[in-house]
Amino acid sequence: MATGNVAGKISSETFSAQRRRPWDRITRETETVTKGNRQAETRRKKEQGIRALFFIIASASIITLSLIVLFLFMEGLPIFKKVSVKAFLFGKLWYPTSDPADFGIFALIMASVAVTAVASLISIPLGVMTAVYLAEVASWRLREVVKPIVELLAALPSVVIGFFGMVVVAPLLQDLLDVATGLNLFNAALMLAFMSVPTICSISEDAIFGVPTELKEASLALGATHWETIWRVIVPASISGISTAVILGMSRAIGETMVVLMVAGGAAMVPTSLFDPVRPMPASIAAEMAEAPFRGDHYYALFATGIVLFAFTFLFNLVADYVSNRYRQVGAATL
Amino acid sequence: MKESAEIQRAIHSNPWPDKHRGRAYLQQVVFLFFRVAAVVNGLALLIVVTFLVAKGYTAINWTFLTQPPMDSMTKGGILPCIIGTLCLSLGSMLIALPIGVASAIYLHEYARPGRVLRLIRLGINNLAGVPSVVFGLFGLAFFVVYMKMGTSLLAGSLTLGALTLPVIIGSAEEALRAVPGTYREASLGLGATKWQTIWRVVLPAALPGILTGAILGVGRAAGETAPIMFTAAVFFTPSLPTSLFDEVMALPYHIYVLATAGTEIEKTRHLQYGTALVLIVLVLGLNLIAIIYRARLRRKMR
Repeated sequence: MATGNVAGKISSETFSAQRRRPWDRITRETETVTKGNRQAETRRKKEQGIRALFFIIASASIITLSLIVLFLFMEGLPIFKKVSVKAFLFGKLWYPTSDPADFGIFALIMASVAVTAVASLISIPLGVMTAVYLAEVASWRLREVVKPIVELLAALPSVVIGFFGMVVVAPLLQDLLDVATGLNLFNAALMLAFMSVPTICSISEDAIFGVPTELKEASLALGATHWETIWRVIVPASISGISTAVILGMSRAIGETMVVLMVAGGAAMVPTSLFDPVRPMPASIAAEMAEAPFRGDHYYALFATGIVLFAFTFLFNLVADYVSNRYRQVGAATL
Repeated sequence: MKESAEIQRAIHSNPWPDKHRGRAYLQQVVFLFFRVAAVVNGLALLIVVTFLVAKGYTAINWTFLTQPPMDSMTKGGILPCIIGTLCLSLGSMLIALPIGVASAIYLHEYARPGRVLRLIRLGINNLAGVPSVVFGLFGLAFFVVYMKMGTSLLAGSLTLGALTLPVIIGSAEEALRAVPGTYREASLGLGATKWQTIWRVVLPAALPGILTGAILGVGRAAGETAPIMFTAAVFFTPSLPTSLFDEVMALPYHIYVLATAGTEIEKTRHLQYGTALVLIVLVLGLNLIAIIYRARLRRKMR
């Protein structure tokens, strides 16, 4: 390799340019000096080939995502030949197996929204408070114990949580509150809350932990208590991360299947009370898909429900992505 | 961090003047709430696990672990479910691990900031957010029907592979990030090409972290139910899978079926507890291994 003219190639521009990876410069320099040398040329070609291969593999995620969208629409859209989009989304009757069948998923959508909303009322305070505790209050040693607990909570299979809700929480609710069935909106929301707490907690904690120490020290030096510092400085500085965490937590709750399938009760009605049995969208899909005749109206309607569910989570994720990029805290200077 | 801790200590050692005592109390009360929140999480985990252990351990014996279900699933064991779940989660790793690690290499080592990178990241984030039941629908429409795989181990593994892909990418990228830049500079400085550097220097250094991610991925895949409901799992099959195109039984689906379908829900309660216990021992065990392994890795890095 000709190394003589490397120094000459390093311009002031390469030095001043802010680079994420300083070693990129080295690669780029070696690429330029090898021109004309045939052995080096083939080596460079090979490198470019490898780079292209990795690019193709890296697009697997986005290809999968596109395939998911494509096939959901392919199998879901035919239902709209039978019912209008409006009747499908806002129809209050879901009797897919009666004759003539009713395909209105308004009750399912409302059930999903209600379950997610109630779950959020529990999981947001719990998750954010645990995150603040981990990042600010807990001693190093306690942190090392509590963090794995939260991770293990996240790892609990949803079917196990659903099972627990069925055999433990449901009878308990029935006895304590004297309601018709323990398998209801509240029970499902409670179980979902504990499934989304780890998501909310770990992302918020990262955000809180990332707040520059100078900010905290400045606040403390001005005489604020630790709590005042958390409330007036640290939380505002990490609010974009916390919001992202909350949105992703809600996204997890609305898409969660096994818990609502086993615990929510399964009645396709618009909920009017906290203790009504409900049938959220994922539960409806999972419960009915096995019986729906292949490529019949019911089958198409369930895929269309899948489109609506996917649209909800996609929207949540886009908003989360936007929030985390738009209001990203890059340093003390942006406050 | 250290200095701010010192400042805090200095403040707290100062006796509060009467005027500000309320602020100090407020802090104590609020922090108490934070501690309670943390304890609630721990309690939730503890209650679920102890309950399942207490109810489930009586069901666990040698027959339970080594026999197929008998008498229309009211007696016997869960061997086909254990095998099925192991096959499904290992199969999903065979798919997700190479693709995930390669994606992470591209994202962390090759890609330059720009629109393409942002698009790929957006794709990964959104894939991570797709509900598990939608993965099930996708697996049914694409793998089972369109690719004509039928309800099979292969279709289920592919679906679970798609689901765990973001998990693998995330942890592999974290592992790559933990490899010091000086390693790469040293290798490149010796005249190695970028690929040689990645293959001989970066990947070996990141391997433990990548393995941790793979363990977490297996745990995640083993616990999922909705994606395999329409793609791989069946109520009952007496035989163990012998080919990629066989239907399988799986632990999570078995719990769901026993607990909700069928006429003998009460009679099979002990089998449900036992199956749930086996599943959480498997999943939490894998996660514990990953957590402990990662903690040791971090200590070594420091």
